[in-house]
Amino acid sequence: MIKKFKPACVAAAISLTLLSTAASAAEEQFFPLIDYRVGPYGSNGQAFYGGFIDYLNYVNLKEKGVNGVQMTYEECETEYNNAKGVECYERLKSKAAKSAGPIHTMSTGISYALIDKSAQDKLPLAMMGYGRTDAVDGSVFPYAFPLVTTYQMQASAIIKFLKDKNAGSLAGKKIVYLYHDSAYGKEAIIAMEAEASLNKFQLVQIPVAHPGNEQGSQWTRIRQEKPDFVVFWGWGVMNQTALKTAQKNGYPREQMIGSWWTGSEEDVVPAGDAAKGYMAATWNVAGKQVPVIADIEKVVYGAGKGNLQDKAKIGTILYNRGVSAAVLSVEAIRKGQEKYGKGKALTGEQTRWALENLNINEARLKALGATDLLPEIKTSCDNHEGSGKVKIQQWDGARWVPVSGWIEGNKGLIHPLFQASAKQYAKEKGITPRDCTKEK
Amino acid sequence: MNFFFEVLIGGLLSGVMYALVALGFVMIYKASGVFNFAQGAMVYLAALSVVGFIEKGAPLWLAIILAFAVMTAFGIATEKFVLRKLVNQPPIALFMATIGLAFFIEGIAPMVFGSEPRALELGIVDEPIPYILERWNIVISKFDLVAAGVAAVLVATLALFFQYTRIGRALRAVADDHQAALSIGIPLQHIWAIVWGVAGFVALVAGLMWGARNGVQFALTFTALKALPVLILGGFTSVPGAIVGGLIIGASEKLAEIYIPPVMQDWFGGNFGGIEGWFPYVLALLFLLVRPEGLFGEKHIDRV
Repeated sequence: MIKKFKPACVAAAISLTLLSTAASAAEEQFFPLIDYRVGPYGSNGQAFYGGFIDYLNYVNLKEKGVNGVQMTYEECETEYNNAKGVECYERLKSKAAKSAGPIHTMSTGISYALIDKSAQDKLPLAMMGYGRTDAVDGSVFPYAFPLVTTYQMQASAIIKFLKDKNAGSLAGKKIVYLYHDSAYGKEAIIAMEAEASLNKFQLVQIPVAHPGNEQGSQWTRIRQEKPDFVVFWGWGVMNQTALKTAQKNGYPREQMIGSWWTGSEEDVVPAGDAAKGYMAATWNVAGKQVPVIADIEKVVYGAGKGNLQDKAKIGTILYNRGVSAAVLSVEAIRKGQEKYGKGKALTGEQTRWALENLNINEARLKALGATDLLPEIKTSCDNHEGSGKVKIQQWDGARWVPVSGWIEGNKGLIHPLFQASAKQYAKEKGITPRDCTKEK
Repeated sequence: MNFFFEVLIGGLLSGVMYALVALGFVMIYKASGVFNFAQGAMVYLAALSVVGFIEKGAPLWLAIILAFAVMTAFGIATEKFVLRKLVNQPPIALFMATIGLAFFIEGIAPMVFGSEPRALELGIVDEPIPYILERWNIVISKFDLVAAGVAAVLVATLALFFQYTRIGRALRAVADDHQAALSIGIPLQHIWAIVWGVAGFVALVAGLMWGARNGVQFALTFTALKALPVLILGGFTSVPGAIVGGLIIGASEKLAEIYIPPVMQDWFGGNFGGIEGWFPYVLALLFLLVRPEGLFGEKHIDRV
């Protein structure tokens, strides 16, 4: 009897072990991280993905995951190279088949390369502050999410800020739009032109050839034009060169205002004193005064599980941006679990639904310790952006200081541009847009 | 007219900065007949070494000396581990080796000294000189004038070195024919190590000026892009050619950027700015049609 009972017990034990393994495997929410930490923009990636991973670990340590589901990830290095980005996606997508959080590439080029593939594979692609901006129209782009805000809404918000600074009118003013001569730099032109026409200011467009490490002629022209403001869409070395050349030409930095790719510590520190007084837009604030940032340092680094070797990056603009991206991603997982079952990992398709139904208000941000870290966000089928707000910050020579509250771009002016562009894309690709009134 | 002169002078001064990088290419080419693809990476390594040592507590002067030591050690190591095995190989083999070297430097330098973009303060203010600005309404910065002075001293020193020293003559002999130079007792390895060391010094000077101007970061490797049309125009073997080529390229690209796009826009509509990325190459290629060896390059005649 005992002899018969023993194998049965062993078999039962093995079955239970297998079952529990399967159950614990199902309780892991996987994030495919198509990232970059080396190469020309490696230092940007280190801060962003360091913040992202730190927040995932923070959730695991602080709350034991989302309803018991542990946040896991695997990194793949792209070196900010489109071909490598696609290779990384192909490598990670099989792992993401069971469960997948949003994919963040921090690269417009890689996002463009993945936009069709990710839709086919039913994996949601987050493009926070970059990427294909007409994907705001979720009826055409169900799996692409230019969350928080877009280049065009940002340009519109910058104009609103300048307008408020000038007693509510920019009529008769002259604004130079100095931009990186690439798809990124040209993205905001349509919004700047629409704003110029609406607000009756003169717009002068001046492109800078890549990489932008020499801008003598552009700034000589700016000196000749004598603009009231320079709105600046730079990237990489172009940012420091612009600030230094502005100084050389005696143009006040307080009249320069840049996009969020010109507004990190990496963009201004190398320019030294030339950057003092310069302003830039941002959709997340810097600093450790944000409770969740301070708590991450305490909990995650206190446990020796911090992702960054250089702790000085904690609290920088790009680190906090990585945390902000992770906050939204984890909140999407939480939202998805409310619909698909608490304590269960979400598939890419389920995460897509959650991203489309985010509603993170001030109360929720406060509960997360993220008050003022990022703006409120409410997404829907026809609005994958969900916010459209930025703050303006100013470099005081040592740190970024916010000089405005959250400013929303002119949605009535800008969103129809997205819809028209998305409609055109749908026509070219033979896509039948979803009926957003039927989506819940 | 003032505006025209401002653009022209600004262009000439920018050209000096391009010439500083081009000089490094010329050094290597004169010694080995090889186009050193790694020159831009060497500029990056040199500037990164300087800020790296400053961060470790060294004063600027000591950091520059230590960076020079790094560049010299790098030059000797390049000769010993990369070039020595390639003596008498076709120039394309040496060129390919320098491509590998460029990727190696771009990978290893940030690992050693960090990849964050950093400022480099040389104590020279990059602001307009008030007197010139008030008198003629033209912007010329003190920094640009210092850069021009540095380039002038560097060119004079290198020209004298090549023309009047034994090493300089040996170097030219090696450039003409490795085997012939070896057969008359010129120590090839020695010469190559020296020339790579000198090219490292030129890279250090270029790295200091470019790093102080735009910050020390990976994009310093792109400075090589600005030097290529200078070399095509000035000739790969001429030190004065690098300077004259730099001045022509600098001035013409600035004038082109200002005056050509408005004409194009009138003709075709749209926005035609940002042409200075490719215009110097077109100019250099057109020049090649007339004078294939460049302005000051040596005419190469092969006996049949």
